[in-house]
Amino acid sequence: MMNEELLKIIQEQLSARFPEAIEHHAEVPQDMVTFIIRKENIYEVLSFLKNDSELNFHFLTDLTGMQTADEKHLGVIYHLHNMPKNYRVRIKTFFPMDKPEVPTATTLWPGANWMERETYDFFGIRFIGHPNLKRILNVDEMDIFPMRKEYPLEDQTRDDKSDKMFGR
Amino acid sequence: MAKKENNTTAKMSDQTEEKEYSTLNLGPTHPATHGIFQNILKMDGEIIHEATPTVGYIHRAFEKLAERRPYNQITPLTDRMNYCSSPINNMGWHMTVEKLCGITLPKRAQYMRVILMELARISDHLICNSVIGVDTGAMTGFLYIFQWREKIYDIYEDICGSRLTTNIGRIGGFEKEWPAETWKKIQSFVDNYPKALQEFANLLERNKIFMDRTINCGPISAEMALNYSFTGPNLRAAGVDYDVRVTTPYSSYEDFKFDIPVGISGDTYDRFMVRQHEMWQSLEIIKQAIKNIPKDEPVRADVPDIFLPPKEEVYNNMEALIYHFKIVMGEMDVPKGEVYHAVEGGNGELGFYLISDGGRTPFRLHFRRPCFIYYQAYPEMIKGSMLSDAILTMSSMNVIAGELDA
Repeated sequence: MMNEELLKIIQEQLSARFPEAIEHHAEVPQDMVTFIIRKENIYEVLSFLKNDSELNFHFLTDLTGMQTADEKHLGVIYHLHNMPKNYRVRIKTFFPMDKPEVPTATTLWPGANWMERETYDFFGIRFIGHPNLKRILNVDEMDIFPMRKEYPLEDQTRDDKSDKMFGR
Repeated sequence: MAKKENNTTAKMSDQTEEKEYSTLNLGPTHPATHGIFQNILKMDGEIIHEATPTVGYIHRAFEKLAERRPYNQITPLTDRMNYCSSPINNMGWHMTVEKLCGITLPKRAQYMRVILMELARISDHLICNSVIGVDTGAMTGFLYIFQWREKIYDIYEDICGSRLTTNIGRIGGFEKEWPAETWKKIQSFVDNYPKALQEFANLLERNKIFMDRTINCGPISAEMALNYSFTGPNLRAAGVDYDVRVTTPYSSYEDFKFDIPVGISGDTYDRFMVRQHEMWQSLEIIKQAIKNIPKDEPVRADVPDIFLPPKEEVYNNMEALIYHFKIVMGEMDVPKGEVYHAVEGGNGELGFYLISDGGRTPFRLHFRRPCFIYYQAYPEMIKGSMLSDAILTMSSMNVIAGELDA
């Protein structure tokens, strides 16, 4: 099936059930169908996509976070996969930085456990209802969320550290 | 190493009767864990009651580093994830950028990639399987089969100059045609490896001690494996025939004919056997690739603003010099957009999720590392089993610390 048809089917199903859930949908030509879902509806939408017998997105390929370019919003990105029919869909949800909370997906997929911990570790997104939400790759004592854009790596164009011997 | 703990004062909600558990610290650096993993085991005699894994000992912040690096410079980062099959990681990253930029490679380059990726898969599975042998007490297979990994590394060395962290190929193809000597080496590997692999198989596959030791050791059901987002040989051992090479073919995998071996019970023996059969299938793919590879085609796509021009042109041609400078400084014209590209890595679906804002570096790059995702099922898989089975389960899952911690 082409991505256009899949987009139409999912859109119809979702807008019939959750009329206000879809904020935006986009179709990236070389890639997969993408929906941006309101945070309030994200759990219902994921649960519907997983349990619907026709759509059957039973496999959570990936879960990760991101920060928008204006540094005012954080987001969570889910990649879902229907293996028998080989449909893939990307679901995104965004929320403001001052209240980075989203319902957990661990009740749908146990495998979301560590992926959500990783997202919390790097972006500080709190997954409400997660059984064990603590840092996973970084040290427990760390008090920042390092993947946020407010913590840049060293700027390579800076000139206060010029090193004539080795060049920068 | 082991510490006896009197648990009468400890809070144990799931405990009705008073029972003494001992705490055992397995790892972080222990020869049997094959990498830096720590597991705090709560033991009842030799039975594991509970395991708490700690990961992140070699976390190197690749996703953050990638946000400041030009696209070409991210390839060396991918080497260091699954270092047993780095060419697959490299190719996966190259293909992600190519997908974003809309570059199509000539068939010849695609076939060359397939050959390399399958060689990498063989070397990856070979290490995993021979290490399962070591953990069951059979050192011979490991020592014997390891020289074949050396031969694969020799082929890498011919092509790119390095052996383990390969940084092989470039975005847009290969820098040059492989030397005739390399093709001979590949051919001789394909001719001679089956004999060695068969001998290795004879040592272990129907060996009574090995079978008794591995059957029903660390099993996982297909349903559970899917819920835990397993991919790769570990999922196929549980009986799900999911292979990215078949469902979403990349790099011309649709041209090749091969089987997907699947297991039944998802135990250590099935995982071992799935990897064994995949090595045979990889050999078949390499044979087909050598036979059908188009002869007179370039080994790179015609993309002058992404692919480095040849050196002689750089020295003699103004335009090539400009391109060379731009590419080396990382000023590639990459469109805005986001892509997810997955390849079948040694351990499963290795995904690259790339968001580009059109700048010189990725806006966000996320690696979907199969190890990280399936290692979380490990405590559940070893609960109630013996300590020595836990070691075996870990090595048969092929958990690679570099990939897990990224």
